[in-house]
This record gives sequence, structure tokens and C-alpha cells, in this order.
Amino acid sequence: MAEDGLHLDDGSRVGVIGGGPAGSFFSIFLLDLAYRMGMDIQVDIYEPRDYTRPGPIGCNMCGGIISESLVQNLAAEGINLPPTIVQRGIDSYMLHMDVGSVRIETPLQEKRIGAVYRGPGPRDLKEVKWGSFDGYLQNLAIEKGANVINQRVDELLWEDRLPQIKIRKEEPQPYDLVTIAVGVNSASRKLFNNLNFEFTAPKTTKTFIQEYYLGEEQIQEILGSSMHVFLLDLPRLEFAAIIPKGDYVSVCLLGEDIDKELISNFMNAPEVKGVFPPGWDFDAKSCNCSPRINISGNSRPFDDRIVFIGDSGVTRLYKDGIGAAYRTAKSAATTAVLQGISAEDFEEHYWPACRKINTDNMIGQAMFLVTRIIQGQQIARRAVLRMTADEQKEADSTKRMSMVLWDMFTGSAPYKEIFVRTLSPVFLARLAGDLAISVTGR
Amino acid sequence: MASGELGKVYQDGEVIICEGEEGQCMFVIQEGEVEVVMDGDDGQEIRLGVRGSGEFFGEMAIFDRDVRSATVRSLGEARVLTVDKKNFMRRVHEDPSLAFRLVETMSRRIRELGEEVARLQNNG
Repeated sequence: MAEDGLHLDDGSRVGVIGGGPAGSFFSIFLLDLAYRMGMDIQVDIYEPRDYTRPGPIGCNMCGGIISESLVQNLAAEGINLPPTIVQRGIDSYMLHMDVGSVRIETPLQEKRIGAVYRGPGPRDLKEVKWGSFDGYLQNLAIEKGANVINQRVDELLWEDRLPQIKIRKEEPQPYDLVTIAVGVNSASRKLFNNLNFEFTAPKTTKTFIQEYYLGEEQIQEILGSSMHVFLLDLPRLEFAAIIPKGDYVSVCLLGEDIDKELISNFMNAPEVKGVFPPGWDFDAKSCNCSPRINISGNSRPFDDRIVFIGDSGVTRLYKDGIGAAYRTAKSAATTAVLQGISAEDFEEHYWPACRKINTDNMIGQAMFLVTRIIQGQQIARRAVLRMTADEQKEADSTKRMSMVLWDMFTGSAPYKEIFVRTLSPVFLARLAGDLAISVTGR
Repeated sequence: MASGELGKVYQDGEVIICEGEEGQCMFVIQEGEVEVVMDGDDGQEIRLGVRGSGEFFGEMAIFDRDVRSATVRSLGEARVLTVDKKNFMRRVHEDPSLAFRLVETMSRRIRELGEEVARLQNNG
């Protein structure tokens, strides 16, 4: 235990509740930085999931996209994602609307987006060919020296002003710092009712994810290395995507009150049927789930000796949740090692990273409102399709609309940066021209 | 390329970056090896080194606005990931510790160069 003050030192103990990407990233960066600073810190990760087992028991329920910016940042950190974990490298997007489809190529014609499963794969997985993304990160944390305790946390207590973690049939373990890295779908959220500060849980909305087995060969033939996104004029549907993985495809729906009717309307849309093999049986699913995702962050994700990261802290709106887990985990780890573990330390050095994500999400909300307007107006959809298709045909042009759509769909750039690009006079003039053509019906 | 391989595959001898060109990115080797070469005063090519899986190259373009100092080409088949200058610098602005690994690599290379200069002086 660190004996003096609110900082980590040689022999300090850190407990991490949740061994998904946020918890593993935090442990990796904390241990790496402590090593650089000549400190020996003990890190215990509490995670009941077994990432070697297919289906819900080893799955953290998400679309499983590692964004272009995150793939690059991780490579710069020395974390290179191997093909034994990445099920498919994505190099393009197909945008589908009722007025037509257009392929948007990656700017460098390089596979820099990774499609992964958080666990080994769906419930009916026949053969384990790829490893779990969460398991891969957890193993990296173990290599750095973290200790994984494969148990659910029963209680988070405070004794002598130190946080303590209690698991079933064991004595509570005291820690200098406890990091909360649980997802919004985790039962562990009830642990925070006994905290000695006001905890505001992030607001969430329900999504829908369904897996289909198509086989690697068939996926390569019909979907290739493209992610398919849909802007359809269906009430309550915000966004939908079909993500090719190794032997399976993931269908992801985002919107308000997603129910059977909305799912059925989406699956029966001709644009969606056109992506699957002819006569495909949409009831032949491998597994499905309705996980919740954040739509607002935790208003105070820290106090003395406690910090919330990833989904339990602040995350990006709709996109790049794993990227936000990386950013918040890194910021919390550097704060804890280099600055301290008091509420003031986290407020001064960690909270700005969260606030930046929160502010960007507000701009993101406005951007998605515009997307909804485009979804509802056929003239606007035609103009977007025309502008994008023309840009994709021109080899050397500045692909303004393509890049706006690319970054909106991939989550690769902050919403603020995308918004600023849409204010470019050239972008607006060209869009106005294509809108005029759509109105006149040429 | 296998379905899950990220980056771009370069064939044996294929040039990835060319000495004298402007650069807006650096690279991280995902699989395989590349060689770093430079034109000598007598027109002969000098091999500066070989980089392997997990190593960076082209990182000087991230920090200076000069042209590429050397040519890098694939030794056998190599799979390489491009890291954009803009993405990297934006992230370093938020989190300067992202550059630790790069600085560590560059320090190691300066140390190796120092040792090489000392060796050449001793031999000459």
C-alpha cells in the first residue's frame, strides 16, 4: 500500500473491475508507464467472462469494429492486431439507399479497419479459427504483469478511506486505486450504489445485433472486404450496418425502441435482401442480442482513489466505443502514474479527455440529426448519392462528401472535424448543385 | 491477403518509400522485413539496415518537413500499415505519451549510429 498521500508508488495495488478493452488497455498502459518510471505496481483485473468460450459467456456484445484511427494509434503503441484476431480487414464501405448504392474506397486503398468478435464468436460456432479481441488484449495485460481474477465482484466497499473489492467467499481486498471498467450491459453496475459520492450512470439506448453464418468463401464472394451501411427511410431507424467477419456476418441496428417490427422491416427491405445470397432465410440466425449503448456520459467519472473509464465513464456517440475505451483508459492510467489518484488529479488531468469526447458527442448529435433529414428526403438522398458516386469516379479529385460519409460511418475522425469539413464553400456549392439536379430530376 | 490481415502487402523488392520524396506518414511493419537503403556519393547503394515485424520506418516525416532521407523496400513479402501524420499528431497533442515508443526507437537508432561512427573511426 502507498502509505503517504493520494499517489501511486512502489508496491501500490490497483484493482480493475472489468476486463474488457477499457480494463485491459488501462492495465497495459498503467503497467508500462510504471515500468518506465521504475515503479513496481500490482494490478488485479476482476473479470468473470471466459473469452475462450463462444456465445454470450465470452462475448461483450458489440458490432466489433476497430476504427481506422484506433488501428493506427494501437500500432504506434506497439499493439499490432494479428490476423488470428482480426476476422476481416475492411478497406471500403458500400452505402445503400433506396435511390441506389455507392462504394466508398478507403483513401489509401489499404485495409486499416478491423472487424473482430469480442469473444471467439457466435453461440453456434462450429470451429474456432479466430481468437477473441477482448481475450487478446487481456493476454497483453497479463504479459505486462496484470493478474486476472476470473470472478464476479460482489461488493465495492470503503474501509479506512481505502476502496476494497470483495468477491464471493473471500475477504475484501484493499486497493490504493480502483478503476471501474464495466460495460453498460454489466450486472456490476449495482456495485456503485454504495459509493461515497454521487454516481450518475450514463444514459443508454437499446441496439440490435444478429449473426448469420455464411462461410468464409461466400462472404468473400458477396461482401468481400466492404462493410455495408444503410440509410433507409424506416421510422425509428437511425443507422444500420452489415459487417463481414470470418465465417459470419453481423447485422447491427441502431435507433429508437428497436422492436420486432423494425427488425422485420429492415430485413425485408430490398436494399438489405440484395446484400445477402438470393433466397436467404433471415430466420436462420446464429445468435442475436439487444445490448445497450451509451448516449450520454457519467457526469463525474472519478473521486479520490476511484476512476470510471470506457462505457462506465464517457464514450463516443454511436461509434468507435473501443476507441473511446482506449482514450479514456490511457488518460486515466497516465494521470494515476504521473499525477496522482485524488479527485483533483483526475479532474485536472483526466476529466479534460472525457469533456472533449462529451463536447464532440454534442456536435455528433447535430450531425446525426442532419443524417436523419437526409434519410427522410429522397431529393437529399439522390444528391448525396450523386455527389459521392461522381467523386469516386474521379481519380484525383478531393473526395469531400466521400470523406464526410467515410468518417461518419467509420468513427475515424472527431465529429467536430467532420462538421468543419461540411462548412467548406466548395463542399456546400457542390452539394447545392447536386441538390438542384435532384430537384429538376435530371 | 488473408481475410484478417491489416495494412498492405508489398512484394519482394517493391519500393515502399523513395529517397527524396515528400512524406506525410510513417509505417509499422505487421509481418516480414524491409531494407533501408541510400544512394552513396559514388552512385553505389548503401544498405543502412533491415527492419522487422513491429518496427517503424519513415517516422522522420512525422516530425520534420524534409524529404525522405532513404529508400525503403520490401525484403521478401512484407505487410505494412500506414500511420497518417495528421492522425498521429492529433493524438500526440491529446496524449504526448503516445510518442514514448517512437522516441525510444529513435534514441536506440541514434545510439546505434554513434556506435557505428566510433567503429568506422577506429577502422579508418
